[in-house]
Amino acid sequence: MGKRVGLEVSLAVAEAVKLANVDVVSAYPITPQTHIVEELSIYVANGELDAEFIPVESEHSAMSAALGAATAGARVYTATASQGLALMHEILFIVSGMRMPLVMTVANRALSAPISIWNDHGDIMAERDIGWVQIFAENGQEALDLTLCAFKIAEDKRVLLPMIVNIDGFTLSHVIEPVIIPDHAEVDAFLPPYTPVLRLDTENPVTFGPVGVPEMYTEARKQLEQAIIGSKPVVEEVLDGFGAAFDRHYKLVEQNGKPGAKTRFVTMGSLGETCMTAVDELVAEGQDAGQTRIRLWRPFPEEEFLAACAGAERLVVIDRALSPGAVCGPVASELKSLFYGRPDAPEIVNLVAGLGGRDVTVREFKEMFAMAVSGKLSGNYTMWGVESHAS
Amino acid sequence: MLRDVDLSGYEKITAKNIPWEKFITSGHRACQGCAEVLAMGMVMKAAGPETIVCNATGCMEIITSPFPQSAWSVPWLHVAFENVAAVASGVESANRALERKGKLKKRPKVIAFAGDGGTADIGMQALSGALERGHDFVYVCLDNEAYMNTGIQRSSSTPYGAMTTTSPPGRKSIGQHTWKKNMAMIAAAHEIPYVATASPAYHLDLMNKVRKALTVEGPAYLHIFATCPTGWRSDPAKSVELCRLAVQSKVFPLYEVVGGRYIITQKVKKPKPVTEYFKLQRRFRHLTPDSVEYIQKRVEEEYARLEAFEKATAPLEEVSEPSTES
Ligand SMILES: Cc1ncc(C[n+]2csc(CCOP(=O)(O)OP(=O)(O)O)c2C)c(N)n1
Ligand code: SF4
Repeated sequence: MGKRVGLEVSLAVAEAVKLANVDVVSAYPITPQTHIVEELSIYVANGELDAEFIPVESEHSAMSAALGAATAGARVYTATASQGLALMHEILFIVSGMRMPLVMTVANRALSAPISIWNDHGDIMAERDIGWVQIFAENGQEALDLTLCAFKIAEDKRVLLPMIVNIDGFTLSHVIEPVIIPDHAEVDAFLPPYTPVLRLDTENPVTFGPVGVPEMYTEARKQLEQAIIGSKPVVEEVLDGFGAAFDRHYKLVEQNGKPGAKTRFVTMGSLGETCMTAVDELVAEGQDAGQTRIRLWRPFPEEEFLAACAGAERLVVIDRALSPGAVCGPVASELKSLFYGRPDAPEIVNLVAGLGGRDVTVREFKEMFAMAVSGKLSGNYTMWGVESHAS
Repeated sequence: MLRDVDLSGYEKITAKNIPWEKFITSGHRACQGCAEVLAMGMVMKAAGPETIVCNATGCMEIITSPFPQSAWSVPWLHVAFENVAAVASGVESANRALERKGKLKKRPKVIAFAGDGGTADIGMQALSGALERGHDFVYVCLDNEAYMNTGIQRSSSTPYGAMTTTSPPGRKSIGQHTWKKNMAMIAAAHEIPYVATASPAYHLDLMNKVRKALTVEGPAYLHIFATCPTGWRSDPAKSVELCRLAVQSKVFPLYEVVGGRYIITQKVKKPKPVTEYFKLQRRFRHLTPDSVEYIQKRVEEEYARLEAFEKATAPLEEVSEPSTES
């Protein structure tokens, strides 16, 4: 049945990794990811988790060792954030190109300079094109549950792709929340042991990572594209299966507020919960407000998003990352291309907000709503909160 | 720290029992006279089929694996240029966990190959990390003294005075102006159980060093000297001769470091002058007699230093016993 405890979200993630019976954990510390891997190293040290813990000398090696372990046929986990994720960047493409079902938690954190240990999505937005399945958790329970689902999704023979579970640094990773921890037996029934399709086996030797000549590189990339597009129904299936087994239900895209609202916020990650409170208050005040929360980021759930926003005349898209010199923020840019050429395209109002750990409050969400409705937020995007500081 | 290393379990290769089986098949795309692929073939012969190979980006990776072909008949993995030691750490750790959990019958050996660039420059951090963590694998640096795969650029293993495309000699340059980085001694400074230098010109010595490296528990490092006729502008037919001359001229001494003890495995009694070695390649052709003399002197000094290391780290009883030679 599982048990309900008050637990720091990082430790809940570590608990999920333990419940998943991983064989290898390789990791390098970076705030705000540290509590997860520290906890895992304790599990390994006291025998609670039968795995190898590789305390590597950098994130580049953390990802490299994780990939080596995965090709050897192990279930593997790592976690990182910010500069660490950036240092892994080169290897991330190789993991997905080799179709290795690694699972990684990213405790999202702003990138330097100036150095900031606090949350935004700048780190993960620089990794949009790596070919990994990417999902965002909004609270501690989701962080635990999605970590378990991630192994099942990644290892599904129809997917065989690595997967990132994003949790907002500090605002999620370091917060103590009530969390239900499932029983080992329940998890074992949901997540079967990993059986690799191919592995480094001296009895059946295979070559991993060969040279891709121009005659086949495009075909290999096409297969990767098909795999990630094809992962969407599997993600849905696994989340539904999880709901059936544990009675906690997750959708690729979720909505709340007034059904069919003309003005809708679009959020991703933990700001979604603050926004939800604001939207609830706006609706109670009689406003035509709604909210769409993107849970699955890659592959982008196009139909689900369109369905969730049907009838909307205006989307107020909150981007927790800046793409300097771009037309707008990364999420808004995704949505603009989704709606391009569609007769029902809503107006897209883009706010770049909450950078480097800046709070965005319920009051501010309501302020944004009022400004968006009265047409005061024009232009491709607005960096929220800058003007008020400057004045 | 000196410590005893148990090498009793190693099966010696002699001229009579050299394995017939090859694990890098012919038909690969190395240049004629490539001593790297020659050495790699020897390493694999000594290692045998129960081996997983991890290969850094570089000539050896490219020439053995253009999809859909592969010259490898053992499981083989390439990830990137700078991380082969980390990749091998992961493979080794996974095998350890899977064996413990009963999912793997017998833990295979793990060998990591990289060029001098992938070892002494960009891959140094990952290598140092893996050696320090004590993974049970053998790291082989195939040293052709430059980045050959990208077109003969200098590395920190390029010898003083050599011409490469990024250390060109000119009015204000002698070519490479730093001395070759001593990777084997850097590896030995990690106090791993076994380090050795080797040359494909001394094939039994090379293969037995591989066997010893595989025998010890924990990391082992092999630094193998390898002529690249393409990059050195040398006659492909003379590659082995060049490898031998490098040893005989003391340019590349062959030794082992077993548990911290230095042992010169090919004593050079009557050294050849470095000019004899230089003569067969064009990368040193621009050097003036002064430069050659400087190199000659430094080569001798380095060899004397190695002899001093040997003496200083020899087991105590050998040092204290009076010499029996007359
Ligand atoms: C991060 C990165 N930088 C640069 C390269 C380009 N590159 C590929 S192989 C190579 C040089 C290889 O030299 P070395 O390790 O000495 O091996 P060799 O080819 O000489 O055997 C370089 C620079 C790369 N693949 N990755
Ligand atoms: S360039 Fe040199 S190292 Fe590379 S394959 Fe040719 S001979 Fe061998």
